[in-house]
Amino acid sequence: MSQTSVEHAPVQTANSAKGNFRWLVRHPIWAFVVIVFVFFSVMTENFFSTGNLENILVQTSTLGLIALGMTIVMINGNIDLSVGAVVALAASLTVDIMGWPVFESWGNWQILPAVLAGLASGVVLGAFNGLIVWKTGVDAFIVTLGAMLGVRGLVFVYTGEQSFFAANFAYSDFGASRFLGLPTLAWIFLVFTLLVHILLSRTVHGSNTYAVGDNREAAVNAGIRVGPHMMINFMIVGFFAALAGITLSTQMGASTPNLGRDYELWVITATVLGGTKLTGGAGNIIGTFGGVLAIGILRNGMNLMQVPAFYVLVTLGVILIAVLFLDKQLNRKGEEELRI
Amino acid sequence: MAGIADRIGGGDLKGVIAKNGIFIAFIAFMIAFGFGSDKFLTFDNLESVVRSSAMIGVMALGVTIVVISGNLDLSVGSMLSFGTVMVVDLHDKIGPGPAIMVMMACVLLLGAVNGFLIGYVRLNSLIVTLGMLSAIQGLTLIYSGGKNVDVDPSTQDITWFRIFGRGEIAGIDMPIIIFFVLALIIGFIVAFTPYGRRVYAVGGNPTAAVFSGIRRSRVVFSTYLVSSFCVGIASVILGSRVMGSQNNVGQGYELLVLASVILGGTSLLGGSGSILKTVIGVLILGFIQNGLLLLGYPYFAQWIVTWIVIILAVWLDVAAKRGRLLSPIA
Repeated sequence: MSQTSVEHAPVQTANSAKGNFRWLVRHPIWAFVVIVFVFFSVMTENFFSTGNLENILVQTSTLGLIALGMTIVMINGNIDLSVGAVVALAASLTVDIMGWPVFESWGNWQILPAVLAGLASGVVLGAFNGLIVWKTGVDAFIVTLGAMLGVRGLVFVYTGEQSFFAANFAYSDFGASRFLGLPTLAWIFLVFTLLVHILLSRTVHGSNTYAVGDNREAAVNAGIRVGPHMMINFMIVGFFAALAGITLSTQMGASTPNLGRDYELWVITATVLGGTKLTGGAGNIIGTFGGVLAIGILRNGMNLMQVPAFYVLVTLGVILIAVLFLDKQLNRKGEEELRI
Repeated sequence: MAGIADRIGGGDLKGVIAKNGIFIAFIAFMIAFGFGSDKFLTFDNLESVVRSSAMIGVMALGVTIVVISGNLDLSVGSMLSFGTVMVVDLHDKIGPGPAIMVMMACVLLLGAVNGFLIGYVRLNSLIVTLGMLSAIQGLTLIYSGGKNVDVDPSTQDITWFRIFGRGEIAGIDMPIIIFFVLALIIGFIVAFTPYGRRVYAVGGNPTAAVFSGIRRSRVVFSTYLVSSFCVGIASVILGSRVMGSQNNVGQGYELLVLASVILGGTSLLGGSGSILKTVIGVLILGFIQNGLLLLGYPYFAQWIVTWIVIILAVWLDVAAKRGRLLSPIA
């Protein structure tokens, strides 16, 4: 565990051929992304087209946004299982609030308070999770497992188990809109990916994130206020889960109480595929971006090859275990596998 | 083994509460709901609660052993879908007896894959079983071709397969009997046999366990066999009760099962916990659901209450161990 903290600035070593190889060893998922990309480009007619590649970006943006936050939390040595429920809560709140009579005369501006409320719900729940982890010392896995059930319960009680439809069509138009030649949702995903990458690799908060995940005692001794630090990271993942819920509901122009079910598992899969360790202290956004793309390309490509969705599930499961196995073989640091 | 007095927390009141918080909570719940609704403490109601918790309970028994040995099993939900679809589908094709045996063999094989990867290859249990969750869900869909399965309606009332979910002995429903008998057997094995002590040892301190001659890999492997065996039993109960199955019938169960194990007080760190605690955890979840419904709250309110109860239960447990309420994290 102790030497993993040097890993988090992978770009600098990628100069020589040897460096390139090391880069791939650290991000085996990118080798996989390239292979499946070439494979589907050759095997199907429609895969390698701008339209389809844009599609993949939009389809993966939901998982991808959450995975950005999950990466931070997992580097911290925590985990957040409540993201799927937060997706549903933020989507339901946003779609519902914009239809409130109070905002009826606001025109398209009625979307603004709704979106703010949706995002706020994610941040507040994140803060709540973080506060409990900080103050009670209960494992984040248990805290967020409870929240996963509880927040989903809140969604069902709030919505009365009904779907909501967006009152303002500008909302769903936004989901289909384009900006500078790319779908707006793809831009949102790419820009936030860049921002979180900078946050993790270039800021004090970023290096603290690795330090806390690597060795919490040492981080405390170094003067990092671990509790508030972790709470901020839970707020970040909550924000991204809420944002993902909102972008997802703009694509449908509606929200359902079951939205985002199982997302926590998909997001963790993407993040782990990207090389983030559950034990904390290691991982980065470049890997996570690769993990998200790998899932997106695989789903999309197998769909184009008309492989039933069942095989995608099997393939994903096998790849997840294979990546874990490869990672163990390539980086023999994980000798002492930690228990959760 | 310590004396009875030590096991219930020694002499002082604080120790007793700390060690038996879950029992006290259970009794408090029963009394509160009993006062809230006069239907709650009737035999019929209690029986229906226990029966509907029995399936989650059976799975929770196996998961408890896995958690005591310091690992997790997230694949039980999709394994339940797999087992149920398979046993229901094969029932009409090869008869109930062979169907159960073939299904059990397949489910045990899946458990063995888990156990091999986690026990012998030493991969992280959360990720392996997460991968298996997805893979088994896919296998189920491939097996059934995406269609729901059911037992031929004309044989549903005559096949002996129906006793597991619909039968009763001496007025007590069969799922309840299966749950309690299995709980007794596994509880005995975990608490009173050398094998049980090895499971605790591996979960409590793997290094010390290895140095004292315990084959850690083999113990971990075996816990996943037990877990998948329990899932097989749960599949038989579910298939027999419903006489049909959807492809995703077990979706989300892995976390509900884990929630009841945690609620019982089994620590995710491994090395502690018990089958009795898990049974109580399962029953509490069942009674919360039932009690809230009887008091007129919406169905999903139980999840909100479960959220609060889980965090409070684990918090009290952790606080009792460190001797102060709030965490010392800065």
